[in-house]
Amino acid sequence: MKSALVRFADWTDPVPPVEREVIAAPPADGDGKPPVLFVPGLGHGAWAYAEHWLAHTAARGFPAYALTPRAGGDLRAHVHDVVQTAASLPRQTVLIGHGAGALVVAYAMARYPAKAAVLASPVLDGWVSLGAALRTNPFGTLPAVLGGRLRLSRRQLFSAALPAEQAEEYLGRIDRLRPRRELVTHGPAATPVGDPRVLVVGSPDDRVVPRKSLDRTAARYGGAPLLFPGMGHDLMLDEGWAEPIEAIIDWLDKELLTV
Amino acid sequence: MYDTPDIADRHDAVCVVGAGASGLAAIKNLREQGFAVDCYERETSVGGGWNWRHDRSPVYASTHLISSRPMTEFPDFPMPDTWPDYPHHSQVLSYLERYSAHFGLGEHIWFGTEVVSAVLVGDGRWDVTTRSTGGGASRVQRYAAIVVANGHNWAPAPLRVEGDFRGEVIHAAAFKDPAQLRNRKVLVVGGGNTGCDIAVEAAQQATTVWHSTRRGYWYAPKYLFGRPADQVNAGLLRWRLPLRLRQFLYRRTLALTTGDLTRYGLPVPDHRPYEAHPVVNSQLPYYLGHGLIKAVPDVARFDGASVELADGSRIEPDLIITATGYLPRFEFLDPGLLDSDPDGRPDLHLHAFARKHPTLAVVGLLQPDAGLLPLAHWQSVAVARWLRLRVSDPARAAAVQQKESARTLRSWSRRQVVPTRRHWFEVDYLAYLRTVESLLREMEPAR
Repeated sequence: MKSALVRFADWTDPVPPVEREVIAAPPADGDGKPPVLFVPGLGHGAWAYAEHWLAHTAARGFPAYALTPRAGGDLRAHVHDVVQTAASLPRQTVLIGHGAGALVVAYAMARYPAKAAVLASPVLDGWVSLGAALRTNPFGTLPAVLGGRLRLSRRQLFSAALPAEQAEEYLGRIDRLRPRRELVTHGPAATPVGDPRVLVVGSPDDRVVPRKSLDRTAARYGGAPLLFPGMGHDLMLDEGWAEPIEAIIDWLDKELLTV
Repeated sequence: MYDTPDIADRHDAVCVVGAGASGLAAIKNLREQGFAVDCYERETSVGGGWNWRHDRSPVYASTHLISSRPMTEFPDFPMPDTWPDYPHHSQVLSYLERYSAHFGLGEHIWFGTEVVSAVLVGDGRWDVTTRSTGGGASRVQRYAAIVVANGHNWAPAPLRVEGDFRGEVIHAAAFKDPAQLRNRKVLVVGGGNTGCDIAVEAAQQATTVWHSTRRGYWYAPKYLFGRPADQVNAGLLRWRLPLRLRQFLYRRTLALTTGDLTRYGLPVPDHRPYEAHPVVNSQLPYYLGHGLIKAVPDVARFDGASVELADGSRIEPDLIITATGYLPRFEFLDPGLLDSDPDGRPDLHLHAFARKHPTLAVVGLLQPDAGLLPLAHWQSVAVARWLRLRVSDPARAAAVQQKESARTLRSWSRRQVVPTRRHWFEVDYLAYLRTVESLLREMEPAR
């Protein structure tokens, strides 16, 4: 078991600082709700949340922030970016990660006592998601497996309900990066510090994260996933984006009241 | 809030003494384990010794960290990565203030309130008497446990020298501003980190500077190979190099960088590297080499206007700054509770847990060869988990206590240090963290 106390990597080779893009949405009313920090997945940036979810969260009274982790960073650097940003906010922060960003959040929870956390369509089982991607989008995925760039497809991320034009526009904004091997080969995330409540949301029709993987992730955090049938992987961009964020904020309101 | 006598019983709440770095970590980690916490702080703000506004704060204008940022920050709340390798004390204070605000700790702290006494009542609970700092009516409240985080760098240890000195003698704690040194003849007594810092400061301000040290030290530079030296050293530990080899590398590295300091009159170290609290100062050799600091031996006697040194020579300073360290003080506790020796140094398991009193713990009473905050954090996590386990699973708590009592002092304290007064609570941070981790694993909730 890896030590949580002895952190040679951080002591001998600290992650270098970078300028981080953080989009902020001030809350509608300042009644002391904790900040919410959104972490995007592979190829996505803070813009993916700025589309709908950020404003919606702020309208419900939460100071909302979306972070773009550094370009070309490894998992450790991205975790560092999330923890640095969370610690820079005035209050103990709720972390919400999507896709591979949920993996970053899962790791970050071992480094920062999140107020609560939400893992949306979490890509925590790398091999399973790689298999699913190869089935759904072989020609976009295969080059990435061989060290080339990843081309995500419309079928992978969105449901048929999202107008084709809109889907193409989003796809155009997604970075065609070279995914790191560790996205698949990483070990399980360490136990979160501060015992935060964790909610897993997803869709049974997600073509990146199969239903079984959702169940497994939710079970790891002691619950069952909250499902939004009919939606694609990108819950925050797909048609019907309001439903998941409404449910997430309802859950937050309830959890934060009882904590 | 609790003025009426009938609600003086705070039931399961824990009392924390002091809202400095260690106290703040204790509040946060006790809260995470679900405890109600009342923290008493004699000053009117957080930060303890790091808050230069506090009258007991030992910081001086130029105080910077001597351990680098990644080895000094709380493990679950990093300092901004844009900060320098060795932040200034005002940055450390703002960091602690942000930590307190971030986790909403302020609402659990009673500022301007000091703990006058804490008395054990029959069932392992504590009657804590508090009053406004500097007087006023006192009141007594009953707590399930008490966590002491009152710091150990505020009660100056006196310099014991025969004779009278006509000039000014101040303890390093009273040194705040370089202007105090300007155009004076200064004798700095003490070769610790503070003594070296002040000697360097004096070299830039005073007309003459003598630096009196009792023994030779290994003066480690702050940077090696362009990296903070403690990070380089952690690299050696990472590859599990044996102590002898690390000592050899240490000597070689110092010989190649700082070089031989005995030619400036400094004594040869009377111990091997890693056998004393590290003294980290890159500038001392520089000013010695420029003749701006004169190394002199121990002070033997005061004689009117002059000071007689151990080698019989006499110097005539007009200001003496004694960097003779600090003493631990726990006036509000009966010394027997902490198994303190006649000099007031407690004997605690892991320097944290009172051996005979499971509901009494001290946080931050350590002198590690790295930053203190990470150790204080994990100490307070262990204390909080321990107090929780006592409530939730007394049988397991008893088993853990049984097992811990068999843990030898040698396994977690510094193996070999020069036998001086200051080294009684010296720990090797790596050995200490590993020990605390094994304790935490023993106490892990069954899943």
